[in-house]
Amino acid sequence: MRKYKNLFLGLLGVFALMTSCNNQGKSSSGGALGSNAADRVYVGPGEYDEFYAFFSGGYTGNLTVYGLPSGRMFKEIPVFSQFPTNGYGYSEETKPMLNTSFGFVPWDDSHHPDISQTNGELDGRWIFINGNNTPRIARIDLTTFETAEIIEVPNSAGNHSSSFITENTEYVVAGTRFAVPVPQRDMPIKDYKGNFKGALSFISVAPETGRMDIKFQLMMPGFNYDLSHPGRGKSHGWFFFTTYNTEEASTLLEVNASQNDKDFIAAVNWKKIEEYVNNGGGTMMPAEYAHNVYDDDTHMATSTMKKEVLTVDPTKVPGAVYFLPTPKSPHGCDVDPSGEYIVGNGKLSADLTVHSFTKMLAAIENEKFDGEAYGIPILKFEDVLAGVVSQPGLGPLHTEFDGKGNAYTTFFISSEVVKWKLGTWEVLDRQPSYYSVGHGMIPGGNSQKPFGKYFVSMNKITKDRYLPVGPEMEHSAQLYDISGDKMELLLDFPTHGEPHYAAAIPAEILMPKVKKIFKLSENKHPYAAITPNDTKLVRDGKVVHVYMSTIRSHFTPDNIEGIKVGDKVYFHVTNQEQDFDVPHGFAMIGATNAELLIAPGQTKTLLWEPKKVGVWPFYCTDFCSALHQEMQGYVRVSPANSDLELSWSLGED
Amino acid sequence: MKKASILMIIGSLLLLGLFVFPLWNIMLGAPQYPEPLGMNIHIDGIRGVEEFDIQNIDGLNHYIGMKTLPKAEEMWEFSAFPLVIGGMVFLGVLIGLLGFLNKVTYKWFIGWFVLMSILGLLGMYDFNAWMTDYGTDLNPRAIMKLTHPDGTPMTYKPPLLGNAKILNFNVISIPGLGGYLLFLGMLLTVVASYLGWKSSKPKLNSESNETTAT
Ligand SMILES: [Cu+2]
Repeated sequence: MRKYKNLFLGLLGVFALMTSCNNQGKSSSGGALGSNAADRVYVGPGEYDEFYAFFSGGYTGNLTVYGLPSGRMFKEIPVFSQFPTNGYGYSEETKPMLNTSFGFVPWDDSHHPDISQTNGELDGRWIFINGNNTPRIARIDLTTFETAEIIEVPNSAGNHSSSFITENTEYVVAGTRFAVPVPQRDMPIKDYKGNFKGALSFISVAPETGRMDIKFQLMMPGFNYDLSHPGRGKSHGWFFFTTYNTEEASTLLEVNASQNDKDFIAAVNWKKIEEYVNNGGGTMMPAEYAHNVYDDDTHMATSTMKKEVLTVDPTKVPGAVYFLPTPKSPHGCDVDPSGEYIVGNGKLSADLTVHSFTKMLAAIENEKFDGEAYGIPILKFEDVLAGVVSQPGLGPLHTEFDGKGNAYTTFFISSEVVKWKLGTWEVLDRQPSYYSVGHGMIPGGNSQKPFGKYFVSMNKITKDRYLPVGPEMEHSAQLYDISGDKMELLLDFPTHGEPHYAAAIPAEILMPKVKKIFKLSENKHPYAAITPNDTKLVRDGKVVHVYMSTIRSHFTPDNIEGIKVGDKVYFHVTNQEQDFDVPHGFAMIGATNAELLIAPGQTKTLLWEPKKVGVWPFYCTDFCSALHQEMQGYVRVSPANSDLELSWSLGED
Repeated sequence: MKKASILMIIGSLLLLGLFVFPLWNIMLGAPQYPEPLGMNIHIDGIRGVEEFDIQNIDGLNHYIGMKTLPKAEEMWEFSAFPLVIGGMVFLGVLIGLLGFLNKVTYKWFIGWFVLMSILGLLGMYDFNAWMTDYGTDLNPRAIMKLTHPDGTPMTYKPPLLGNAKILNFNVISIPGLGGYLLFLGMLLTVVASYLGWKSSKPKLNSESNETTAT
């Protein structure tokens, strides 16, 4: 009987092979829509994905790297949060990265990644992301995939309409979601209206180094600035921000901020303001914010406190800022690749509103204003309107573009993705999402040159999509093929944290630039042990510096004596490997912070404060070689009053 | 004889390629090294194909107790070989020039080739002896001690030419560009000898014509 069963399974196998052959045949003849989804997302063992996709980690404070179309996660890059995996934010070198004017803030809420551009096209040098809670902007270096710089944004709260960049990476913007008193002070909350401010910060990015600096802050009326998008092509030089709570309510916003039929898209001519500032305009005001920079040569971050910021009153720069009335509490603010259309996703509106940049310029030219708000001219809705996508769905949130004249809008309430045509405003296709999609993403969709092959929806509710794992679930993302006339759902995959928004870039742009090791010869860490001869222990009062090196499969030194209870022991561990993907770990018993994971050629420092007399082991946490398990050593800890001298050794009995 | 002499000179000069390009190349590939580690053996020292290959080969070899790869100053060969090659180039060019001026016969070409061949064979012998020592003289405290099925200790000598499986590594040993230039150069001196010999033959048959011609 068993024999027959095997035979039967064998036949099934043959049948499966034949059908898969058929499907392959279909995929080559019938185009993208002809074949099955599994074929099109399958990336075989050792094969590479077509795109790198960077998903915000939302409340993890981090950024995760996925491959498209496979949906496989490659890495989590710590940005605003401590990360025990490699000691980021715990090691002495990286603690300064999380320094702020509020002190050490080891977490955040990261939302909108954006990849650097040259001439409106992705160049893959850096990716920027915002910290929402303690307003910060981070720059991640895309050669090391590590956070290179974090700048805090003063006079802001809820850094949400960030971090979007202009088409030559001139600026990354940071817009405040919550209006706050500027400068902060003790005042009644109910006096919000007219007294709070909304700061829109323009952070310059140095072309060679990527170094960030707040060039100016535009002090806007106290609305909530939700999302933003730079102009492209013809509208380069402008930046657009959606607003809500133009009612300036301070309580029960659910109702009170939903009263106005129309809120605004603020159109900011940043080139005009830049010129004003370069000519000495603006007011320098006292402020306190941290600027943290990581150096790949010293393998160390430094944190500098800045003391002032240049502010600009928009009414002082005539012609720089206008309001475009937009129904109704718009979320996404999206400019199409040509730069002509500005899509306002009014999340409480039944329709999608699209403004025309050309009409906006004409209306400004003709001074066709519909009053003003706090001295800022309001343009007439009808004069700037390009068109309306009528009744496309419920709760539009965000729109991306495929570069072929089509737009894709996500609808949170009706849980769907809707494809429509720019210019004719007709709905071409709609696909359900599972469930409650927030942002959508097309690789390069935030640039002038989208790679319109895939659309990824980032959903808020996972529910029944995978095996349940208790009440708390990871969010899901879904991959749609958009190369044909109709969208097609290919894959859903879990993400880490909240995949609020994402950015993706063809792998061929990044892969050749990725660093595989840090060169030991370029290691400028002051406590590095470049060769085993550099290893030593130095006592300075109660502080002991251990210059330690690691290589497969030992630590130098591996026996340490003369440490005393109450000492502060700094283990400076240098990984002397110069081979791709051979990190070593370092873990010390009783360390109250973390372990370290040290990349080849890198130096990292762990602080250990021994509290108990004894002989305590340390070991490598990364399975580095056949003798990884032997990669260990001991520290002898003597009583505080011991007069045992420091000594250390390797290979001596 | 003029054509032959020019070939003799070109052939000898091709040996100069050894001062730029490696004589030999050994590549070590393994599943965890999809981009193989490699060493180029130049006449004046061993260099990694990629910047850190030597360090990484040494790192792997320490498991089985092999010595680290010799630095240029640790082997007399690396100071002697450049002198030998330089001397042979000088000699070859000199013989070629003298041949051109009809001061020497093709037999000097053959002589040069025979000398070069002997030196080359000695070099190969020396190279092989070094590799045998490198692959068999293992540290008795080696981390891994492997034996053949018959109980004899395993040795790790790379092949002189061709490929061999050494533990998890597939080792390929082939001439480098300098080596190919050396062979081509020597081949040209053989051709030069042959042409010299051929042009000397009619000389015997019609000696009077030939002398008036020159
Ligand atoms: Cu290790």
